[in-house]
Amino acid sequence: MSAASLSLSAQPVLEVNDLRKHFAVAGGGPGRAAGLLRAVDGVSFSLARGETLSLVGESGCGKSTVAKTILRLLAPTSGQVVLAGRRIDDLTLSRLRPLRRRIQMVFQDPFSSLNPRMPVRDSIAEPIRNFRLARGRSDLEARLLRLMDRVGLPADALGRYPHEFSGGQRQRIGIARALAAEPDVIVCDEAVSALDVSVKAQIVNLLMDLQKDHGIALLFISHDLAVVEHMTHHVAVMYLGRIVETGSREALFETPRHPYTRALLSAVPVPEPAANRARIVLKGDVPSPIAPPAGCSFHTRCPSCIERCRTEEPPLTALPGGGAVACHLAGAEGAAHA
Amino acid sequence: MSLLSVENLQVHFRTPDGVNRAVDGVSFEIGSGETLAIVGESGCGKSVTSMSILRLLPEPQAQFAGAIRFEGRDLLALPDREMRKIRGNAISVVFQEPMTSLNPVLTVGRQIGETLRLHQGLDARQAEARAVEMLSLVGIPEPERRVHAYPHQMSGGMRQRVMIAIALACSPRLLIADEPTTALDVTIQAQILDLMRDLKHRVGAAIMLITHDLGVVAEVADRVMVMYAGRKVEEAAVADLFRTPRHPYTRGLMGAVPRLGVRAQGRAPGRLAEIPGMVPSLKTRIDGCVFAGRCPDAKDFCRLHAPALESKSPGHLAACHFAPKDARPA
Ligand SMILES: Nc1ncnc2c1ncn2[C@@H]1O[C@H](COP(=O)(O)OP(=O)(O)OP(=O)(O)O)[C@@H](O)[C@H]1O
Ligand SMILES: Nc1ncnc2c1ncn2[C@@H]1O[C@H](COP(=O)(O)OP(=O)(O)OP(=O)(O)O)[C@@H](O)[C@H]1O
Ligand SMILES: [Mg+2]
Ligand SMILES: [Mg+2]
Repeated sequence: MSAASLSLSAQPVLEVNDLRKHFAVAGGGPGRAAGLLRAVDGVSFSLARGETLSLVGESGCGKSTVAKTILRLLAPTSGQVVLAGRRIDDLTLSRLRPLRRRIQMVFQDPFSSLNPRMPVRDSIAEPIRNFRLARGRSDLEARLLRLMDRVGLPADALGRYPHEFSGGQRQRIGIARALAAEPDVIVCDEAVSALDVSVKAQIVNLLMDLQKDHGIALLFISHDLAVVEHMTHHVAVMYLGRIVETGSREALFETPRHPYTRALLSAVPVPEPAANRARIVLKGDVPSPIAPPAGCSFHTRCPSCIERCRTEEPPLTALPGGGAVACHLAGAEGAAHA
Repeated sequence: MSLLSVENLQVHFRTPDGVNRAVDGVSFEIGSGETLAIVGESGCGKSVTSMSILRLLPEPQAQFAGAIRFEGRDLLALPDREMRKIRGNAISVVFQEPMTSLNPVLTVGRQIGETLRLHQGLDARQAEARAVEMLSLVGIPEPERRVHAYPHQMSGGMRQRVMIAIALACSPRLLIADEPTTALDVTIQAQILDLMRDLKHRVGAAIMLITHDLGVVAEVADRVMVMYAGRKVEEAAVADLFRTPRHPYTRGLMGAVPRLGVRAQGRAPGRLAEIPGMVPSLKTRIDGCVFAGRCPDAKDFCRLHAPALESKSPGHLAACHFAPKDARPA
């Protein structure tokens, strides 16, 4: 089974096939040639209506770049993005515009994504106007009030400016703006990272409710693995521009196969001061995406690396019970118990 | 004597629609080599407290009262010129939002080097060499190349590590870290926490750590101060606080933390626990307990009378009329 055809579920609303995004980077200092930074290097996944796929992995592994190329905030180097059965990566920006409505993004820092000089009303009405969703003024007004209610903000918030809100409230405004476009997919890039425990819980619960009521698919990028474990259906783990493991929530959290996934899970801090921590400490530095290691890209830090890993790149291989893993040692008969 | 001693700090903002009592009478101390974590709901005044120590708030709008003594000197009374010598040197800070605190038109190497040239008198070459060293210390791959990169060419987590490199460059005696690891994955986070522990042991630095992640608190803090609506509502040694949280807000907070391994704990995944209700506005004067509006155990008495911060057991302070108190006098 090829990586490109790995499908997590039945009718996908969003499909990404062999997506790549390379940046040309200048040489740094004497003796350093200009190079190609492979931020995303052959990523494939699919996302079904009403489901959540979480994208996790080391800082700098390419998660935001995947999101930005799907939304065409960055032009992909190669690969396909298919939205509800239709390829969108090769559309011109003007042909893409009407389809943009169907896929919306919520960012980490709600402050920088809202116009500080625009009252909340205008920020939220913008997509409704742009995509001509309202039938007249009173419909627009009714929609705005419904959205405020939906995200748990008082109606009078519409007349206020972003700086008058707390982080959690601004994140609700960002979600209301995304919802205003009536999307099929919402991409959340670290959307709850900056929030406190209780507000984070409120926002995640809100996203889950919206998903249930409107069948919205979520691509959820997060470093918070405990939150991911609570709310996701599927997980894809990235390392250095590629997916190294995918699986259902149960499979991935209960029997992680890839040594990187296991290291990641073991590094989550436990909220108990005297807890017995069996942390897998990764040795070595994160390799550069400009000159990725030969063979398995994780071999330089892998606790169970064997000779073959240094030379031969492990393909992302489907596992019998669903999911897939790219590791020579995590064969079909079970995880590497090294 | 403590390295830092904050005495009855008040920070009130004048805004067009009234006074915002962002910090309303908060006292605490941090000793050398000690890590104090500050936790509390969004908007409760954690960042305003840390910005006050560095005197980075806009002054006519922000009105201060109380004292902030660092090595015996009151920072609130210090002339700007003296304050500039301290900032980034004896006291340094890692902010919450790396995107907005880095200069977009300067390479990250220049920005790390700047601090070293200013405070340690290094020349341009020495400063760059040290910048490369700092980048590698915070785990950035290919530091010799990245030292020439601009902030937009880095991922969110790398920018955050650049901020940490700047803060650590001069080996500060007090490091204020405001959500230093929120933008980082857990493996890099573990590295950064190690770096902070190392700074503490090597130079005996004190650390004031602001975070929403109680897992991080459990790993690195010695003591924890819990804030709510501009006040300190509880303070205790870390193990004591996690074992016997005394304030109902702290108990709510602990209960709302999602933990890894929900299935192993026999709970079905799904909705996360919330603390019902919202924080009160800081613009209206609250006479009673600030948490009464959301407290599951609040009585009429709580709405009328503000509880004093009192010792409930040795070294454990809480501001709650009904918080259990140990029988023996503290
Ligand atoms: N405009 C750009 N020019 C050059 N390199 C870039 C650019 N944008 C991103 N990169 C590089 O691409 C890689 C992936 O970055 P990306 O922002 O996708 O990471 P991420 O997984 O979202 O990380 P984080 O968890 O820290 O947000 C990084 O090495 C980054 O430095
Ligand atoms: N420059 C300012 N002018 C007016 N009010 C301000 C200013 N800066 C902060 N505030 C207010 O002070 C209060 C405390 O804010 P602060 O940033 O300290 O919260 P925090 O505890 O750090 O929250 P978070 O966890 O969301 O970062 C808030 O009500 C905020 O709106
Ligand atoms: Mg990112
Ligand atoms: Mg803050």
